[in-house]
Amino acid sequence: MLEIRLHGRGGQGAVTSAELIAIAAINKGNFAQAFPSFGPERRGAPVVAFCRVDDKKINIRAKVYKPDVVIVLDPGLLSLLDPTEGMGEGGILIINTKKKPQEVAIAPGRSIKVVTVDANTIATEELGRPIVNTTMLGGFIRATGLIGIDDIKEPLLERFGKKLGERNLKAMERAYQEVSIGE
Amino acid sequence: MARQRKGIEVSIAMADAVAQANVDVIAAYPITPQTHIVEHLSEIVANGELDAEYVPVESEHSAMSVCCGSSAVGARTFTSTSSQGLALMAEIFYIAASMRLPMVMALANRSLSGPLSIWNDHTDTMMVRDAGWIHVFVENGQECYDNVFCGYRISEDPSVMLPLAINLDGFILTHMIEPVIYEDNETIRKYLPDVRMKNALHPDNPVSMGCFAMPEIYTEAQMNREQGILNSYPTIIKAWKEWGDLTGRYYHPIETYRTEDAEYCIVTMGSYGETAMEVVDALREEGEKVGVVKIRLWRPFPFEDFRRAVEGKKSLIVVDRAISFGGPGGPVALELRSALYGRPNAPAIVNYVAGLAGRDVARSDFRKIILEGKAKASKGETEGFTLYGLRG
Repeated sequence: MLEIRLHGRGGQGAVTSAELIAIAAINKGNFAQAFPSFGPERRGAPVVAFCRVDDKKINIRAKVYKPDVVIVLDPGLLSLLDPTEGMGEGGILIINTKKKPQEVAIAPGRSIKVVTVDANTIATEELGRPIVNTTMLGGFIRATGLIGIDDIKEPLLERFGKKLGERNLKAMERAYQEVSIGE
Repeated sequence: MARQRKGIEVSIAMADAVAQANVDVIAAYPITPQTHIVEHLSEIVANGELDAEYVPVESEHSAMSVCCGSSAVGARTFTSTSSQGLALMAEIFYIAASMRLPMVMALANRSLSGPLSIWNDHTDTMMVRDAGWIHVFVENGQECYDNVFCGYRISEDPSVMLPLAINLDGFILTHMIEPVIYEDNETIRKYLPDVRMKNALHPDNPVSMGCFAMPEIYTEAQMNREQGILNSYPTIIKAWKEWGDLTGRYYHPIETYRTEDAEYCIVTMGSYGETAMEVVDALREEGEKVGVVKIRLWRPFPFEDFRRAVEGKKSLIVVDRAISFGGPGGPVALELRSALYGRPNAPAIVNYVAGLAGRDVARSDFRKIILEGKAKASKGETEGFTLYGLRG
């Protein structure tokens, strides 16, 4: 089972990202869960969303405490929280930042793979505003290989409609190409 | 609709099930965490995908009043609520059962105020435990979907004619995206045909319902309710069996997991049963002879099924999601202690109350509850209850 935690701010679409990963995995015949850290939703406040993917039925009805993958949609959150909390060796940390993985001073000395995506720039260019949730999925897909771009197309277009969906898809594909994957 | 497996929010799947059940009337007032269910139903009706009356009432008291009226004329009726909404409709909630009005409610379980909280536990449903409704608890999205159809089959059966609540954990289930298998409409129609209820209000056949009762008849009316809900048991068994035969998914009043050779068991009700199974698997690897007993049917309480399920066990660790203040512990433990009282070689019962108002109960917590509970049972510490995770 792969457990994923997403950090974002209310309105950035962390929950939508978790949903799209889960639906893509389910459509492939896998089992998945996606859920928010339950509570009142406030735009701009730090939010957490969770996702689990497995090839068998998932029975856990609790939050993700030991994520294999963490996605950080807002680099500003890095000064507020430790994105690697609960993460074991071999974890993958995917951050929206202009920096290269080696320039990110998170978890030095730990065997955590840092992946960076300049999602603000990509999303601003492709969508006209820095809503980075779908862009970051490009980085996620490239870094984990858990699902393919093709798997997420259908749920993405269903969620956003054809016009907006295709723009989101383009942003995602660009992130897939432009992502920087650390050692 | 063709049979399909979907990744979908459980609330939406449940609303889709209600539409597939071809309901006639939906009356509800939005309240967290139930809101997505009725929001989606209002969309389905507004889009013309379901020929039903959606009554957007001004309160839950009115929602249940509308439901009583629509059920009384023989319309297939649905509502959904949570917590304070249930509290506000409590007056009419009791009346629905006393008038023997079939309907299905999705009760998205949430804590009751105060302090004000929107998160999940079972305090709301325990408030209406004694109202005479049939109460079913579900553990996952598929069970939510399936039990909408089973719920109507049971509720509308001429031998039952009682309202039925499907208890689903708020947020934990309502806001979860997971796979749900949708059955095709033909299967649903076969299992749940449209019904014409006997004794429905109709100008051609005037009857009185919900009359005032003098002391000379009130006792008998209550006995009628008691008999009615007890008589629902065989219909419930039959409805679940037939659903299982159609879909391969069977439901039972009491369900067990790895209990055959278990010396002790954790007992849960609602979605916690799934996490408990996961933890029991891990403990089994370590040689612990532990299993899970899950209560699916809460009213009418399946005493015989329960006694059979726990026969020969040394101890039961019962996880409640509500407190009966000043009472003997959680409502589930109270029920189980009564079910076993005075029986020879009855298992010892240790009671924990956990996960109040959405406090997360992780696998590590279940592990602690199970092992600590086992130790308590062996020391004979079986009085009262422990509020798990209470901070000092």
